[in-house]
Amino acid sequence: MELMVKAEGVHKSFGRLEVLKGITLEVKPGEVMCVLGPSGSGKSTFLRCINHLEKIDAGRLYVDGELVGYQQRGDKLYELRESEVAKERAQIGMVFQRFNLFPHMNVLHNVIEAPTRVKGVRSEQAVRKARELLDRVGLADKIDSYPAQLSGGQQQRVAIARALAMEPKLMLFDEPTSALDPELVGDVLDAMRQLARDGMTMVVVTHEIGFAREAGDTLVFMDEGVVVEQGEPREVLSNPKHERTQAFLSKVL
Amino acid sequence: MIAAALIYSGANNSRFQWGVVGDFLFDSRILRGVRITIELTVIAMVIGIVFGVILAVMRLSPNPLVSGASWLYIWFFRGTPVLVQLLFWYYISALYPKLSIGIPFGGPVIASANANDLIKPLTAAILGLGLNEAAYMAEIARAGILSVDEGQTEAAQSLGMQRLQIMRRIVLPQAMRVIIPPTGNETISMLKTSALASVITVTELLYSAQLIYSVNYKTIQLLIVASIWYLAMTTILSIGQYYVERHYARGSSRDLPPTPLQKIRWAVLARREWN
Repeated sequence: MELMVKAEGVHKSFGRLEVLKGITLEVKPGEVMCVLGPSGSGKSTFLRCINHLEKIDAGRLYVDGELVGYQQRGDKLYELRESEVAKERAQIGMVFQRFNLFPHMNVLHNVIEAPTRVKGVRSEQAVRKARELLDRVGLADKIDSYPAQLSGGQQQRVAIARALAMEPKLMLFDEPTSALDPELVGDVLDAMRQLARDGMTMVVVTHEIGFAREAGDTLVFMDEGVVVEQGEPREVLSNPKHERTQAFLSKVL
Repeated sequence: MIAAALIYSGANNSRFQWGVVGDFLFDSRILRGVRITIELTVIAMVIGIVFGVILAVMRLSPNPLVSGASWLYIWFFRGTPVLVQLLFWYYISALYPKLSIGIPFGGPVIASANANDLIKPLTAAILGLGLNEAAYMAEIARAGILSVDEGQTEAAQSLGMQRLQIMRRIVLPQAMRVIIPPTGNETISMLKTSALASVITVTELLYSAQLIYSVNYKTIQLLIVASIWYLAMTTILSIGQYYVERHYARGSSRDLPPTPLQKIRWAVLARREWN
């Protein structure tokens, strides 16, 4: 079976600061991988490399068998043209910590913007799909609202619907609940659990240990730009092998 | 107090000859000047805004050739006085007696015209004011674009949108909120700068007034007439600016503040209820 994400020795530096020091990981189709780690461990950067929001400096990163952002000719890598990168990104959904909804568009237009403009889906069809997705995240009645009129939890669920409207084969979540009030986290996690049950392949950078334990198939612990430990979530959480994992878990659990 | 004293002295000084001011306020030549001033301002601003936004987007391009061209344009048009630019366009026929469209360096010519016929004073004024304004608008538009949170671009990128699409659909509409207020100022400033076109014989408001007082010597009175019209027009523009700004504030605040008219209406209604 083809892997959905395959990272081989991925390196990334910001100036002289090396953030990723050789990440090697595999995500199978339908798998939910949760990435845990202290801040500054490089977990968000790695996630952003998967859809080429960050360029990698060394290594290879494949999504669904295709090199992300580059083309290999012989031994050399050539950066893809903007339109080709965009085509790759259109198949990868991303949900951000700070939602990043388009504030000048109402909920419906946030959701149908990309399907109609990027994929050329007909307007009626895009609207039908948007209603269906918003219904699924429990926001069918907010279709005409503007983002500023919604709570953080509602905004994040709209953001999930917006990403799903492109029918991605992979969903990336960058700390989706970190900017939310505690009582709003549950609704967003519910929407993500639903998505996981439906078989979506997901990479989730999160601090929600509970979500990682119940909904995750794999748990990856990152620290200082390397993968310290990975495995079945319950196993890693209850029986961490590495002392850095132990130290981190003792602080957050 | 000082304002009151000034008004008092102005009203009682017979040398002002307010009657003459009244006679010429709606003179057909003055009204024609007002019309041309408005046309000149509107066309120059449209050119300025359109080219300015294009220059700003070019300036932020990852391609160094494209951003360099934009930088050069802004450097040149901001670095020379607009009056000089106006005169330059006015006298361009001295440099290029014939203007033609075609393949450069000796290729076939598609259309050709005498520069003096093509670039009339009004055209020279529109070009001079519009192209100069574009350089200023470019900086305003650039500041607006940079004010939009980078997360917006990232979200649009992650949805598969491309640079120009993101600019047009996501970034520029949000940048408008920052771009509009200084653009209002630029328009008001343009209305007054357009008086410079009088130097190249465009019969806008000031030159129309000058033509009249060069015959009847009522210099001050006609300058007052021109000033009254300039004030009236800038006042209308300021009011328009307020409502346009309100429109673009949509989505950023939950409730829009009431307009002055609404405030007055509510105050009147509240008073009635009080009684």
